[in-house]
Amino acid sequence: MSFWTRHQVFEKNSIILVVGILLVIAIGGLVEITPLFYLKSTIEKVDGVRPYTPLELAGRNVYVREGCYLCHSQMVRPLRDEVERYGHFSLAAESMFDHPFQWGSKRTGPDLARVGAKYSDDWHVTHLTNPRAIVPQSVMPGYPFLSANEVDPDAIAGDMRTLRTVGVPYTDEQIASAGADLKAQADPDNAGTDAFTKRYAKAVVRNFDGKTGTPTEMDALIAYLQMLGTLVDFKIYNEKANLR
Amino acid sequence: MSQPSISKSMTIGESGLAVVFAVTAFLCVIASAKALDAPFAFHAALSAAASVAAVFVIINRYFERPVALPPAEINGRPNYNMGPIKFSAFMAMFWGIAGFLVGLIIASQLAWPALNFDLPWTSFGRLRPLHTSAVIFAFGGNVLIATSFYVVQKSCRARLAGDLAPWFVVVGYNFFILIAGTGYLLGVTQSKEYAEPEWYADLWLTIVWVVYLLVFLATIFKRKEPHIFVANWFYLAFIVTIAVLHLGNNPALPVSVFGSKSYIAWGGIQDAMFQWWYGHNAVGFFLTAGFLAIMYYFIPKRAERPIYSYRLSIIHFWALIFLYIWAGPHHLHYTALPDWTQTLGMTFSIMLWMPSWGGMINGLMTLSGAWDKLRTDPVLRMLVVSVAFYGMSTFEGPMMSIKVVNSLSHYTDWTIGHVHSGALGWVGFVSFGALYCLVPWAWNRKRLYSLKLVNWHFWIATLGIVLYISAMWVSGILQGLMWRAYTSLGFLEYSFIETVEAMHPFYIIRAAGGGLFLIGALIMAYNLWMTVRVGEQEVQMPVALQPAE
Repeated sequence: MSFWTRHQVFEKNSIILVVGILLVIAIGGLVEITPLFYLKSTIEKVDGVRPYTPLELAGRNVYVREGCYLCHSQMVRPLRDEVERYGHFSLAAESMFDHPFQWGSKRTGPDLARVGAKYSDDWHVTHLTNPRAIVPQSVMPGYPFLSANEVDPDAIAGDMRTLRTVGVPYTDEQIASAGADLKAQADPDNAGTDAFTKRYAKAVVRNFDGKTGTPTEMDALIAYLQMLGTLVDFKIYNEKANLR
Repeated sequence: MSQPSISKSMTIGESGLAVVFAVTAFLCVIASAKALDAPFAFHAALSAAASVAAVFVIINRYFERPVALPPAEINGRPNYNMGPIKFSAFMAMFWGIAGFLVGLIIASQLAWPALNFDLPWTSFGRLRPLHTSAVIFAFGGNVLIATSFYVVQKSCRARLAGDLAPWFVVVGYNFFILIAGTGYLLGVTQSKEYAEPEWYADLWLTIVWVVYLLVFLATIFKRKEPHIFVANWFYLAFIVTIAVLHLGNNPALPVSVFGSKSYIAWGGIQDAMFQWWYGHNAVGFFLTAGFLAIMYYFIPKRAERPIYSYRLSIIHFWALIFLYIWAGPHHLHYTALPDWTQTLGMTFSIMLWMPSWGGMINGLMTLSGAWDKLRTDPVLRMLVVSVAFYGMSTFEGPMMSIKVVNSLSHYTDWTIGHVHSGALGWVGFVSFGALYCLVPWAWNRKRLYSLKLVNWHFWIATLGIVLYISAMWVSGILQGLMWRAYTSLGFLEYSFIETVEAMHPFYIIRAAGGGLFLIGALIMAYNLWMTVRVGEQEVQMPVALQPAE
């Protein structure tokens, strides 16, 4: 019986055809995806990467909502020009708590993986409100409405609880004080700032948008942008140990 | 056939679906009242209204219909069900124009950023998913559903399975589009490319998609032909694999069942791999396998020639679906994804060139003996040129998946150009060609209103595509080279903003190309509208004479 005659079993039986399709399409995905969950070398061992603070998380949610990933990548490739332009190439560990990942696929604007601490808060407020006020050739949309939207401090604990369920190691203490921490990070005069910085290593406390009162989405987004790429100290990072 | 004495009663499907929608309406009202955010309240209210409308339509349809459901056959000939096909074909044209228009708007925003108007609902970041979803899932999806329902009936010589089920699929699918699209404008998104809809839209799509698969399979079960036609293999691979990809990429945990926000189960590197396993195979199975099914039915039909090689189509089919699924990691070259995964993805992407061109050859060579029709039939020309574009972009794709090439092309407009040579040239033209065939067939018209207008559409759209993709090639390669340019002293030669500035003229050319493509689609919509409105009715074949007794 020739191959072509044998193949008729698929042509004459829809269930066998569906099962055949399922088997054939399963292989590639299984081989490429499953090892990433158990191969230890997949994510580097580094110090410093921690879950986002409540305010940073709120900012990240703004970043996600506005679709920033469509024009900005967060993934510096190990190429000479990129490392010189943006800084050390991105590690897998740096986005291990990202649900969803925001590596992006297009750079209409520059990469943001290491934008943290590169510009002042003032620069960000002006730039986000009207990008062409600072960079005349920019094609980025303006986001003036972020300053008008307040972040609800009471809602963020629910987000953190959900993230914990999907694997982000938030502690009970961090979740319990989420609302207070959110306000504390945007207000240096807040009594809770010391407790907050103990809970989140390297977290920066500043009045990001320069306005008093409940933190706005502008505060949150800038808090997020200012921490991007700042968690790993590459002076003490052991590159050799993590060569893959 | 029912006896005259049997009184009219609702089928289980009718009563069951009416009850389900009534309960859904009730639940949606509660969800709307308890909603934590405004977009969720809006979507719940919209769903409640749609459910009430569905109950009303189902009951109204029951009272209007004759006692018996439409028969599967009339005088020994299949009684094809064209209603859902017409609906989907109409929606395809509607979403197509909407999607092309949004594409033109966002292309213009990149050339003239003032067009973002600094409002949340009109900014590039929210409109871009609206564009991609409208053209891929709304336009492309409706074309696929319409043609698959047509092809499966004709090639199986059986009426579409189910009474309400096909309607549930077409209306339900378009409702998903409505929820997804309005969601983007309101900032409801997962921010996973081509998988932006939030958890509740994903759940609804899952239900619709399972019913789609069941309707399709049940129609194949009823077939009068021993063999399942080639096009149906491709449709099946498309439906089954999209279901697998959708479920694999979208497991998300909502923060609250009364809110729109959710967090995806996968994180970081695993999320990236799942996303591009999904993303590339949305291309492979939605935009390729499904539209190859269209090629395998509509080109032979229109050219009135058999498929060039049946054996090639068998190899094409299995090789394509096996190899495609591996190609995802080429979207993640030089990222934090481990090298072994990247290399594997690149290897399979290059191999993918072969089945792709095998399929192209099979489609083009179907014309052998009928090449002269390219001069006289602009619809066939559109179909054939689409296959040529398919060949072009499936050469470009494997080339761009080579790591050294990708180091230049990735993150630039070259990717956008590549996608559009496939999307406008292949998916767009094969869809246009299929709709030009399908509308006269489904509405029982002798011919299209005007072949001259098809010709105009063809040339205007082709010119648009050429402008679009050549502008993006130039801007992409230019940008990639500028990013890596060094001065003789060893400094980076250009700041990032200088590369943005250099893109400006190409963004204008690109927008012009997109505008031409949109004009072509408007001409098409007019042509199809007039075909349905004033086209001459096809005379029904005379019913076979009764044999003498």
